[in-house]
Amino acid sequence: MNAQPPVHGLILAGGASTRMRRDKAALEYGGEGQLDRAYAMAQRHVPDVFVSVRADQIDDPVRARHPLIVDAYTGGGPIVGIRSALARRPAVAWLVLACDLPFLSDAVLARLLHSRDPARFATAYRSAHDGLPEPLCAIWEPAAADALARWQAEGHDCPRRFLDNHRAMLVEPVDGHALDNINTPEEYARARAAFDSSAAPDHMQIKVHYYALMREQAGRSDELLDTVATTPAELYRELGDRHRFSLPPERLKVAVNGEFSDWLRPLRSGDVIVFIPPVAGG
Amino acid sequence: MMRFRFTASAIDTESARRELLDGGAGGYVSFEGWVRDHNEGLAVRRLEYEAFVDLAVKEGERILAEAMRRSPVRRAMCVHRVGGLAIGDLAVWVGVSAVHRGEAFDACRYIIDEVKHRVPIWKKEHYVNGDSGWVNCERCAAGSNHARAPARSLAHRAHD
Repeated sequence: MNAQPPVHGLILAGGASTRMRRDKAALEYGGEGQLDRAYAMAQRHVPDVFVSVRADQIDDPVRARHPLIVDAYTGGGPIVGIRSALARRPAVAWLVLACDLPFLSDAVLARLLHSRDPARFATAYRSAHDGLPEPLCAIWEPAAADALARWQAEGHDCPRRFLDNHRAMLVEPVDGHALDNINTPEEYARARAAFDSSAAPDHMQIKVHYYALMREQAGRSDELLDTVATTPAELYRELGDRHRFSLPPERLKVAVNGEFSDWLRPLRSGDVIVFIPPVAGG
Repeated sequence: MMRFRFTASAIDTESARRELLDGGAGGYVSFEGWVRDHNEGLAVRRLEYEAFVDLAVKEGERILAEAMRRSPVRRAMCVHRVGGLAIGDLAVWVGVSAVHRGEAFDACRYIIDEVKHRVPIWKKEHYVNGDSGWVNCERCAAGSNHARAPARSLAHRAHD
């Protein structure tokens, strides 16, 4: 790996929520506030995550329990939030996420991070709706800071048009609805209904314990995952993208719930997985 | 009684041996695996063992049961170290008592061979030159000529 800027997380929660008529950050899915959900999801992929807020939001309890980056420029809007983060940590790239993406999944984030091109201003998904970049589920590189400042100085404030005009690295979407955002009470009601009917079968809580080389490469001894993987093989692929595991799966065995398992055994919520690299006892 | 165990402190071979005493046994064989000061052409300074204990104990017990099915062994045990070890330390101990010496030798050999290939235990070597690496996981992945052949054969064994 050549040296490229590390990625931190930035959850945008400075919006006025005008059309929703209530604070979007506090909307709940499956009993969890969507800001907390987005924050926890980002944290599973990048080590340091912040919440982007306006100056008048720093005492709001929904936001204040997370590390904050306060807007350093006037005018509001997502570009100000992104510029403020780039100014605060000039050597860091930011995984920027809107807080109102209830269908975002770990697989979507893993794929975005895996597809990152640090030589561009940003890496973003191509919208399934209009083919334009999705700026609020994207990795923004440090090099974009000056161009963003110029863009705003010229009177623009749309991050999507910025990426369209500045050759962002575009990633093809897998799931057409993963980046649907929620702006009105009607959309919220529909999203909650869809979430409640789909969350249980599609997303599973899986615990992974790491040993030896895997522990060192994952940078942790265990983690609790919300995953769409259906088999240990899919889970290894998903985690391999995220943690950059060096060993191909054919060199490993896998254990599920404390016993050797087939790589294609269906996963069930609550399963405990251990990836077993080549052993060397004796 | 667990016949396959881990310990984070020095293995007490004398008390382990006593657990194998049996009036019907005519012989006893033990094997001691020691930490060697070199491996694959590199000078080793110290090493660490790490185990996935839950599954390692289950697999170790299975190996001991297999050894006892294959030959008429009276008792068999294996104790493996985890944690940091220095050159010369005892890393693994296998003991078998049997009616006749032949079965004791065979079973002891079977147990240590299977433990090395099947039980989820990992060894990190720290070399005199400052490098370190997980044996069978890293040097072969990096394409080292010397490490490649044995690592491959081990990988195949591990997937039997």
